[in-house]
Amino acid sequence: MKHIVIIGGGIAGIETACALTDAGHWVTVIEKDSQLGGKLNNWSYLFPDFTPTEKITVELQAKCRDKDFSILTSTEISTILRKDGKFNIETSSDQKLEADAVVVATGYELFDAHRKEEYGYKIYDHVITSADLEELLKPGGDLTVAAGKYPKRIAFVHCVGSRDEKSGNHYCSKVCCITGVKQAIELKMRLPDAEIFCFYMDLRMYGKHFEELYREAQEKYDIQFIRGRLSEASEKIDKSLLIKSEDTLSGRPLKMNVDLMVLLVGMEAGKGTANAAKACGIGCEESGFLKTTDTFLKSNFSEQEGIFLAGSCTAPMSVNDTILHARSAAMEVKHWLSKR
Amino acid sequence: METTPFILPFTIGLLFISCFLVIIIGIWISSLSRIDKSRIIHSILTKKSWFAIREIVMESLLHRKIFRKNPVLGYMHMSLAFGWFLLIVVGHIEACNHYQTFSVPAYMAIFMRYFVTEPSTTLSGKILSASMDLLLLFVLSGVVLAYYKRANSRLFGMKKTTQLKLGDRIALISLWLIFPLRFLAESVSAGIHHNGSIISHPTGELLASIFPVHSFEMPLWWAYSGALGLFFFALPVSRYMHIPVEVVLIFLRNYGIKVQKRIGGYSRIQVYSCSRCGICLDSCQMSHAAIKDTQSVYILKHIRNKNLTDEKLFNCLLCGRCQPDCPVGLELNNLRITQRIESTKEYNSSYEYLKNGKIAVSPQTEVIYFAGCMTHLTPAIIKSVKEIFAVAGVKYWFMDEEKTACCGRPLMQVGQYEAAKKLIEHNRMQILSSGVKKIVVSCPICYKVFNEDYALPGIRVMHHSEYLLELMADKRLPINKLPLRVVYHDPCELGRGSSIYHQPRLLLDEYVELIPIKNEKKTALCCGGSLANIKIQMNERNQIRDTALDEYLAYQPDLLATACPLCKKTFTKSNKLPIHDIAEIVYMAILNKMDIEINISTQIEKANADKNLRF
Ligand SMILES: Cc1cc2nc3c(=O)[nH]c(=O)nc-3n(C[C@H](O)[C@H](O)[C@H](O)COP(=O)(O)OP(=O)(O)OC[C@H]3O[C@@H](n4cnc5c(N)ncnc54)[C@H](O)[C@@H]3O)c2cc1C
Ligand code: SF4
Ligand code: SF4
Ligand code: SF4
Repeated sequence: MKHIVIIGGGIAGIETACALTDAGHWVTVIEKDSQLGGKLNNWSYLFPDFTPTEKITVELQAKCRDKDFSILTSTEISTILRKDGKFNIETSSDQKLEADAVVVATGYELFDAHRKEEYGYKIYDHVITSADLEELLKPGGDLTVAAGKYPKRIAFVHCVGSRDEKSGNHYCSKVCCITGVKQAIELKMRLPDAEIFCFYMDLRMYGKHFEELYREAQEKYDIQFIRGRLSEASEKIDKSLLIKSEDTLSGRPLKMNVDLMVLLVGMEAGKGTANAAKACGIGCEESGFLKTTDTFLKSNFSEQEGIFLAGSCTAPMSVNDTILHARSAAMEVKHWLSKR
Repeated sequence: METTPFILPFTIGLLFISCFLVIIIGIWISSLSRIDKSRIIHSILTKKSWFAIREIVMESLLHRKIFRKNPVLGYMHMSLAFGWFLLIVVGHIEACNHYQTFSVPAYMAIFMRYFVTEPSTTLSGKILSASMDLLLLFVLSGVVLAYYKRANSRLFGMKKTTQLKLGDRIALISLWLIFPLRFLAESVSAGIHHNGSIISHPTGELLASIFPVHSFEMPLWWAYSGALGLFFFALPVSRYMHIPVEVVLIFLRNYGIKVQKRIGGYSRIQVYSCSRCGICLDSCQMSHAAIKDTQSVYILKHIRNKNLTDEKLFNCLLCGRCQPDCPVGLELNNLRITQRIESTKEYNSSYEYLKNGKIAVSPQTEVIYFAGCMTHLTPAIIKSVKEIFAVAGVKYWFMDEEKTACCGRPLMQVGQYEAAKKLIEHNRMQILSSGVKKIVVSCPICYKVFNEDYALPGIRVMHHSEYLLELMADKRLPINKLPLRVVYHDPCELGRGSSIYHQPRLLLDEYVELIPIKNEKKTALCCGGSLANIKIQMNERNQIRDTALDEYLAYQPDLLATACPLCKKTFTKSNKLPIHDIAEIVYMAILNKMDIEINISTQIEKANADKNLRF
């Protein structure tokens, strides 16, 4: 029986583990958090169809129980050494594992909104990120901005920390546009009197049902999309926010007062992925995401033979795409092991 | 007096260069502004002239500044300049002594060893000719070093040396030949006539015993005179123009003349005074991003050669790091800005939307607070300043709370002088009509332009680090030392640009533990984010920033402090080290202290505020 170690227990890690267990292998998942699930644990309802996240996590948990693979939580790997065609792995809790193959599924981290200081995150009271909003959108979440007061005007800011040379990230994070549309609709459903504005550069509605949801947001929920990047925000005495932008469609500078500002923060490869890359001796792209050996045919292969890649540690992706990428990783591992 | 045809190249060259210099310097001086001309007239008979002469001796002849930077390089420059100067002076005295008259033509002194065929008999004659031999040896040692420097510049502590054009090449080669040829010619004549002094005599005897020196004598003297003539003719198109022009520069500078916003006689004199020593290359951080052809020395050279491109002119951070290193003391930043203004097609903005409304400020207002555009992008700084003002009970008018016109300096830096003037005038009227006598700014870029280009009589302009220090000295701010090791990054425009080095340090010393570092104050590093460079790529900026950060990281500070929103933004991007403005740090420390003093319920509130400032 071959042993495969998977680094990272988000959906990518879990899905790969399940598929490889099905194929008759022995799998160990190493997760640095205290629980499996990755970012999914933080979201309330998923785009594009508002599936409650719990539905997915519950199913994943059941699958984990069924498949019976080993899970090491609150653990990271410290070293990996290749010896006689095997990987000798040492973990942060001093366990020693021997693996025939390794899958890196370390996912992403959210862009730290402090780095875009002009938007005032954690400086102004009523500036939050999309991740903070997910928490508030969970049943029972408190949406008031002051005692008993709900926000009347809300601005969503797209591309915070993505597509922005000044933040050092040139790439598009892919899921934040549709996350913004989803969250705007959810807010409008909860706060029907609120006016909602989305400030975008252009909208990336790339997936199935995305464009439809965007159209619905405009037609049914009266959410306004303004093309223009926000330059800065300032806080007034009553804690409302004055935001400045330019409407690039009408070519006019624009000033607006809002009660709540939501920053659609992007994805970065993050420290977890960087650490794993370092331990495994595999390369990163300039963006920090892990390098695959071929864009089309080998999107699960790292530069090191026997070390495979799965999920959003290779590029920003949605849950759906992550699951597919994880399954293809499992297939590649299985195929590779059978040839040895 | 005797003469011979070989004096012609030298004499014609000398005549040419004298006329040329008189004309060109005359043109430059006559194109100075009326004020500058009256400065000259009023200073010429004062001790300023004496200071100038002293400076000429110390810098143009002895090259003290280069000596300090690198003794070998200093010796090379000194032996050539001071040695040659003494050769001329002592040579002339020797000739006067020999012919017993004061009216000796220049060629008689220069070629004296050819004309004098008997050995010197008087004691004074012997001493003089021995000194001349030694002086020539001194100059020759410098020439040897110069040969060596071309071949290998490491010894001189410089990584790069400048590249040459035709005029320079001719001048350089003739300069290199002048002294060896003089030595050979004098020795050969000494060998023929059995005279000479301590060095030329034995060398001459030796040469005479090996070679048929009679047939060498004339060609050598011709070659020597030719080399001198060639040098004089090549001088105007070579870097050696700096030798005469620097003397003029030193006088004018001592008379208080400065580079203006527009090109004029004085900026030309500055340009021609560059010796292309290349020292300014070493301090330029652009080389950290492999940008190696836009530094001051090249810009000045291209201005002279009239082949300066905007690509190079605008690829500079205007960090001013090269300026304190320049041994000639050129105003490198201002020269570049002047040149930028010259080459900028005016941007046609009328700024009509700027309305000079009436300003109604409460009479109790102590200060105007001007945050600046950059600070509006770092709201944590504004928030901290406001909170500190609240703690100290400062009554202020936040002039650009809703963000008004820019201070004008970024436009100025990129050559948009006319546009900048409009903004300056607008802001100036607002400040004056408020009647407040103190203006506090958070951004060093604004600080510099308010101080230098706004005419604000009776109004004190302060950077917030100065003002907070004043508040602290007046006991209006509580003091609390946080156990944090901090490196302070001098912002270019505040430090080198405005000489504010101590106030931020004194302030930080009260609130944190300040670590002294190698590159600080005058030699402080630039963060790489400068608005003045409009040609640099983002990845090049990042390289400059990261090299600076790596240097700071080596001191293992808990955080990096600065006093400029732009430096803060630039460093924040890298994520390697927490960075805060001095105002944020003071605010943190004050909050922290109040936490201890005030009761528990407010502590929770303050803790949230703490979180807001993210430590
Ligand atoms: C605001 C927001 C909302 C979103 N909403 C949706 C949505 O509604 N629908 C949708 O389809 N997608 C959504 N996404 C995208 C979704 O979050 C990702 O597709 C998904 O999380 C990717 O899963 P993953 O397993 O690749 O990475 P992750 O979820 O990041 O999981 C990686 C796991 O690896 C662990 N790990 C990291 N480094 C190490 C290490 N060195 N050692 C051990 N363990 C490590 C981490 O702790 C984590 O548990 C959203 C994204 C954002 C930012
Ligand atoms: S998905 Fe939309 S918001 Fe996110 S980075 Fe791309 S364009 Fe910007
Ligand atoms: S600008 Fe100054 S330092 Fe630079 S080459 Fe010229 S004289 Fe030397
Ligand atoms: S001002 Fe700064 S960037 Fe410009 S040449 Fe001098 S050292 Fe280099």
